Order: sequence, then structure tokens, then C-alpha cells
Amino acid sequence: MALLELKNIYKIYGELHALDNVSLKVEKGEWVSIMGPSGSGKSTMMNIIGCMDKPTKGEVLLDGVDISKENAKNLTAIRRDKIGLIFQQFHLVNYLTAVENVMLAQYYHSMPDEKEAMEALERVGLADRAKHLPSQLSGGEQQRVCVARALINYPEIILADEPTGNLDEANEAVVVDLFHKLHNEGTTLIVVTHDPEVAEVAQRTLVLRSGRLAKEVVNENFTGQIHFNE
Amino acid sequence: MFLRMIKGTLFRQWKKMLMIAFTIALGASLATAMLSVMLDVGDKVNQELKTYGANITVVPKEASVLNNLYDVEGEESSGAYLDENELGKIKTIFWAFNIDDYAPFINVKAQLSDGSDITVVGSWFNHHMELPTGEQLDAGITSMRSWWEIEDGNWLDEQSHEDADICMVGTVLAKKLGLKSGDSVTVKGSSSEKNLKVVGVFNAGGDEDEQIFAPLNTAQALADLDGCVDSIEVSALTTPDNELAEKAAKDPKSLTVSQYETWYCTAYVSSICYQIQEVITDSVASPVRQVANSEGAILEKTQLLMVLITILSLIGASLGICNLVTASVMERSSEIGLMKAIGAQNGSVSGLVLTEIFITALVGGVAGFFAGCGFAQIIGHTVFSSAINIRPMIIPIVAVLVVLVTLIGSIPAIRMLLRLSPAEVLHGR
Repeated sequence: MALLELKNIYKIYGELHALDNVSLKVEKGEWVSIMGPSGSGKSTMMNIIGCMDKPTKGEVLLDGVDISKENAKNLTAIRRDKIGLIFQQFHLVNYLTAVENVMLAQYYHSMPDEKEAMEALERVGLADRAKHLPSQLSGGEQQRVCVARALINYPEIILADEPTGNLDEANEAVVVDLFHKLHNEGTTLIVVTHDPEVAEVAQRTLVLRSGRLAKEVVNENFTGQIHFNE
Repeated sequence: MFLRMIKGTLFRQWKKMLMIAFTIALGASLATAMLSVMLDVGDKVNQELKTYGANITVVPKEASVLNNLYDVEGEESSGAYLDENELGKIKTIFWAFNIDDYAPFINVKAQLSDGSDITVVGSWFNHHMELPTGEQLDAGITSMRSWWEIEDGNWLDEQSHEDADICMVGTVLAKKLGLKSGDSVTVKGSSSEKNLKVVGVFNAGGDEDEQIFAPLNTAQALADLDGCVDSIEVSALTTPDNELAEKAAKDPKSLTVSQYETWYCTAYVSSICYQIQEVITDSVASPVRQVANSEGAILEKTQLLMVLITILSLIGASLGICNLVTASVMERSSEIGLMKAIGAQNGSVSGLVLTEIFITALVGGVAGFFAGCGFAQIIGHTVFSSAINIRPMIIPIVAVLVVLVTLIGSIPAIRMLLRLSPAEVLHGR
């Protein structure tokens, strides 16, 4: 059974079909990239997968359970328990230190544990910057705090929206390397990106155009070989 | 974690929080000042009005019937008298502490040495009493006729001229007889003749200016009316009349038991009159309507004004809080969106924002309360030339008002916060 399955998903705003009959499956432990030009429906898809929005039509199965009809309260609980979010703009709380930002996710999940939060920062190589405020961290460091926050509650899926969009090449490599580590540990990764280099690292790349799934590229064995399914 | 977030927000947004606290402080200070003055203004206005004379008169029942029949309130004695020995009982009624002052009067017809008729009014000036309750009281017209102008000499001092035949003379009579303080005037009553030493000449601006005022026992001796009193004037602190008081004034027996208890235990002028009648045998106590009505009207209008100012200030504070909190939530929309995105339910986020606002409100409320106490004192000294008594009951009232104003002012921001979608603020959908 797939960890995540989208069945004939539509998201319609008036006349606009942001998503138009999209279906896909993501297996547990898989690393999938979603690519597409601006306005192709990437963010809409991410919002639906991330339980921050509901489809107009269709089913979203997470662990075999249809979450497309859940109310806002239940969606928040699902998001809290099963999904780790990484954003392009980092979205760190600027008056909390790095470790407190990580603990914030613990606080809304269960119980803040500073030791565990420090371990998460250690995994992303930021233990020595734990007591720094976001304004005292570089963009790459902020994104690593964001990764630590996403993984602190052991989510089933990590959903990253343009995670390297605001980073230079060096920091991009650090973040992609972190994703490799998480993938090797068995974490399921869905990365929305417009950067082909980042997308190509994934096992599979889905390309969206005008709300439709235009193509699916499988990067078998991470060798870079591209196969068109259409 | 919660406290770290609260602390972080309060310190990070200290300017905005200071503005919210200031707005709340302004509303709380006005509410404190107005409520304090409003609760104290009754006594203050009453005290002011007491300087214009008594608000209750007590006469013998028989005299009252005659007055009612013929609609006259003259100086002529009806032949019925109140008992001087019962005067002390007035300070034993349920509302004894509201009895500010009182004085008995007796009008005695007498003749001057030239044969002309004169009225000698016997009364207390600064009569010292030791009451059955152990309380000591100086009562009389010295304080009840404070508006009299002493043109010559001094007020008659009963306590230092005990048993002496002394008097005060009205200015018209003094001019007519050529009297000044230190002179003597001979008056002949129906039973005796007295040579009274004039200690003061007064100008009352009324009929009194043609009369002689002497101590009660001196006047009584002129007509052999020892222990007799024509009337008593009472100055009492009263509560403005309402429907219950008006109904009771017509007929106390028409009240239900609970209404009767409420009326009896409230300082309405009618209930004080009723209680005076209970202790003074065969008497009729009635309010001096002009004074009582003025008191009621002034009090009601003053209190209404205070209530309106309080309401308006609280509405203003509420609107101010509404704008500031909404602006604060808008500024923090991405932070709130993030909290929701990582699992915060609406209740948690609302709780966080409300806690921040209520901590700010607490600071503003406490500061506002003390500022309001200061404002109340300024109002008290400026308007009434005396301090305003800040009653403890103001504290819970202001606390409840601050909570209500803060809650009402926060409603739009909380509604906005509840509607805020993390997808919208984080991805700009």
C-alpha cells in the first residue's frame, strides 16, 4: 500500500483549474520531486498533500485513510503527527532561538524536550548555533533549523517547498546532503522545486503543467537516467 | 515553551503592547475616576445642599392637620407641641448616621418695652448632646443656617453662655431699635419678662430679620412652655427617590414585606421621615420637597453624566484595543500561520494571543486604576473641595470592565486569527 495516494484530484477556483485530475502514488521511504513552471499547481498540490487545503474533488489517501473530507481540526492533527514541513522562506519565529524554534514543533506535537531538540540540531550540524536567534544565522543555517524542526517529531513524510530557493550553491549542497541522509534513514521526502539539479537527485520527478501531471521521470538507482512514462 | 513565547512576544512587540496597555490604562483610569466620583457624589452633593438648610421638618400631628386643611405654614402656634425630651431619639433611628444636624424651634409672641409685638424664636444654636448611644453631638442653627451673615457680634454660643439671657437679633429689627451687640433688649412674654443681651446681629434675607432668636429654654420660659417644641428641622443625607420611595411616601402599608424592608433600609427621605415619626410622639415628619427634589435631580443628572462618560471612555478604549490587536495579529500572520502549519490548533493560538493581551491589560488596568484614583482626587478637590473616597468595590468593577473591554476589543482580531489559513500566509495562495 502506498504511503500517499492522490486519486483524481481537482482544485478549482472559479474558472481556474489549479489541479486538474491529478493522480499519483508515493511509496514509504521514497524521494519524490515535483517540478513545474510558476502557476502549474505545485503549491496547490503541496498544500493539499500537507493538509493545509482540501481538494475540490478527488481522494487523498494517507496511510490508506482518505483525509480529503476531514475538517480543519483533524487536518491540523494529521499535519502535526505525520508531516514535517520545510519552507522556502524558512518561517522561523524570530524571537525564539534555533533550539526553541525546533522545540516549538515539539510543543504543539507533545512535549518540548530541549535535549532531543539539540540532537536534531546536531544532526543538521548546528549544535553550536542552538542559542542563536534566526537573525544571527545565515540563510543555509536557517534552512537547516527548518529541517531540524521538520524532522523532530519523526513524521512519515517530509514535505519541502522550494527548500533551496533562497540558498547559494554551497548551502544548497548542504541541504540536499541532509535530504540524502534522511532518505537513507527511511524518511519519505516530497520536494517541490524548480531547480533541475535538486529535482534530479530524487528517485522520481513529477512534472506539472497547467494543473496536470505532464510527465514522470524515474531516476533509477540515482544514476540520472530519465524515463518518460507518457 | 508557552512562557518563552509570551515573553518573546511581549518584549519583541513592546511598543505595540505599550500602546495597548496605555489604551487600557486610559479607559480604566476614566472608569475608576468616574465610578469613584459617582459612588461618592451622592454624599458630596448632599453635603453641599445641606448648607442650604434642612430637608425634613417635623411638626405635631395636630399642627400638620391644620396646615394641610388651610394650606398654611405660619408662625402661629397651633397649641400642640412636640416633647423636647424626645429630641435625642432622632439620633437613634435606623439611619441615625445619616442625620447630619437638627434643631428644634418654638415661636413665642412677646412685646417689646415700647409695646410693639415681636416674635421670639427659641432654638438650639450649638447645643451639646450626649446621646444614649454614647455619641456626642453639637446640633443647632449655627451650622444649619450657615448662610446667615453676621453683621455685628458673633453667633450665639450656648455652651459658653449657659443659663445666660442672651439672644441674636435680625438686622431689620436691630436697625429699627438701634441695637448692636452688647446692648440689651427687654421682651415680655405671656408669663415672664426677660432682659436679653444681644450677642450678634444677623442678616438672613427673610422674615427672620425682624425676629429675635434666643436659646430654646429662654423662649420657653417667656411663655411658660418648658419642654415644648413647635417644630424640628432635620438635615439628613438621603438617597434620591425612586418609584418604591414614591409609593412608600403615599402609604407604607401598600408595600409588600420585601419592598418594605428594602425601603426601610434605604436612606430615602420618606423612610427617614417615617423612622423619625416612629420615635417622636404624635409627630408628622415631611420632606422639604424643594430641597429633596433638587438633591434627587442633581444627583441623578450627575450620575447619568458619569455613567455616560464611563461608557464612552470604555467604548473608545475598546475601539483602540481592537485596532491595535488586529494590527498586531496582521503583522504576525506568518508566525501564526507557521504555528498552525506545524500543528497548533485554533484554541492554542487564540490562547497565546489572548494571554499576551491580558497580561498587557493587567499592566494597563493596574496603572489605569491608580491613575484613576488620582483623577478622582483631582475632581474631588476641584469640584467638591474634598477628597473622594475610593471604595473597595471599585476594584472588582474596574477589573470586570477591563476584562470585558479587552475581550470585546480582541474579538475582531481573534476572528481574523481563527480564519487565517496557513496555506495563504505561508505560500501566499
